[in-house]
Amino acid sequence: MAFLTVNNVKISGIAACVPENKEDNANYDWITEKERELLIKTTGIRTRRVVKNGICTSDMCYEAAKQLIEQTGTAKTDIEILIFVSQSPDYILPATGIILQDRLGLSKQTMAFDMQLGCSGYVYGLSVLSNLMSTGKFKKGLLLAGDVSSFSQSRSDKSTYPIFGDAGTATLLEYSSSATEMHFNLQSDGAGYRSIMISDGGLRNPYTAESERMVELEPGIIKNKRNLTLDGIEVFNFSLREAPENAKALMTYLNKSNADYDYFIFHQANKIMNESIRKKLKVEADKVPYSLEEFGNTSSASIPLTIVTRLKEEITEKNVSLFLSAFGVGLSWGSASVQISNITCLPLIELK
Amino acid sequence: MDITSFIHSIENEIEELTPGSLKPDTEFSSLKEWSSMHVLILIALIDSEYNVTVNGSDLQQCKSVNDLFNLVKSRH
Repeated sequence: MAFLTVNNVKISGIAACVPENKEDNANYDWITEKERELLIKTTGIRTRRVVKNGICTSDMCYEAAKQLIEQTGTAKTDIEILIFVSQSPDYILPATGIILQDRLGLSKQTMAFDMQLGCSGYVYGLSVLSNLMSTGKFKKGLLLAGDVSSFSQSRSDKSTYPIFGDAGTATLLEYSSSATEMHFNLQSDGAGYRSIMISDGGLRNPYTAESERMVELEPGIIKNKRNLTLDGIEVFNFSLREAPENAKALMTYLNKSNADYDYFIFHQANKIMNESIRKKLKVEADKVPYSLEEFGNTSSASIPLTIVTRLKEEITEKNVSLFLSAFGVGLSWGSASVQISNITCLPLIELK
Repeated sequence: MDITSFIHSIENEIEELTPGSLKPDTEFSSLKEWSSMHVLILIALIDSEYNVTVNGSDLQQCKSVNDLFNLVKSRH
């Protein structure tokens, strides 16, 4: 197993940005009112933020990063590495992270690149960035994570449309010899790659006129091949099987238990799945904050968005032990054990 | 495990079901407004109560409550 320990790197700031435009699942009239009630009750997702006017993931990450740099008083020349974690880049190429280096006014000494991951992306991104930074070669670094999942959604697909929300986040890391260790346990299973996918538009299935053809796959699910597909039952079983095991393995490796953590922050998939994972791990409900009722499943932005909107006071005033667990598209999953104290956490940013 | 308690826990978990309405030979597809959300609730319930995993193709083969009960029992 990929257990990693990182020394000398600390998280010093977090910011999250969402589109101002709000959609309410209570108004999702593709399904009946009864179905809507059951959907909201079971998934826990009431409202979601959905971009308008061509806002890209990079625009939200840019806004979050810009304000974070300003509010922390960070010298831009100190930021020497930037990673953009997303599955909704600006272009097929070049990598969006490189464009963001220039747009944010960072120096040409900056190492910038993209990581193409979704739900597991924050934990993966944090592990890669912190590992590189632990070499001591970078003073500060930015982890930009998020997605505009709505770009690939079919409104006539009840299995995906009411689930996902758009968001972009920025996390500032810095080299510090007094930082508490971070620990990670990361896993993958490509055998399940079909469970969550957009099949057309890459090299395997190039985009053609046929990609646009709307097909009814089952009642309430009409979509084409550039739309996101989600096999709910497969993903549900995968998450229930793997996420708790992965988390338990990391805690066992660290000789820690639930009592050693103040909060468990899960990727915000949906309420019934997350609650099942929480119960399997036997974690108390008040240690598990949720943001999905307000923002839906926000892919790699879900963990920092939950921290910003639910734990802002805690993390700016106290020393807090966090256990992070993320799972999904890939299939890819992982967990992290981190401590944060007195960090800068900006209020939620809304973009018009 | 017995079928009475199995039915009882399903009726407890799924609010849309009238207590006492579910019988061993009830077919899930015949239930009014049975949906994919109920399937997820059922999978979560079976996982937490019996520590058994049922997947999509299992559920397609289980037409009735009794079919599902037998499958869960065989893996319990």
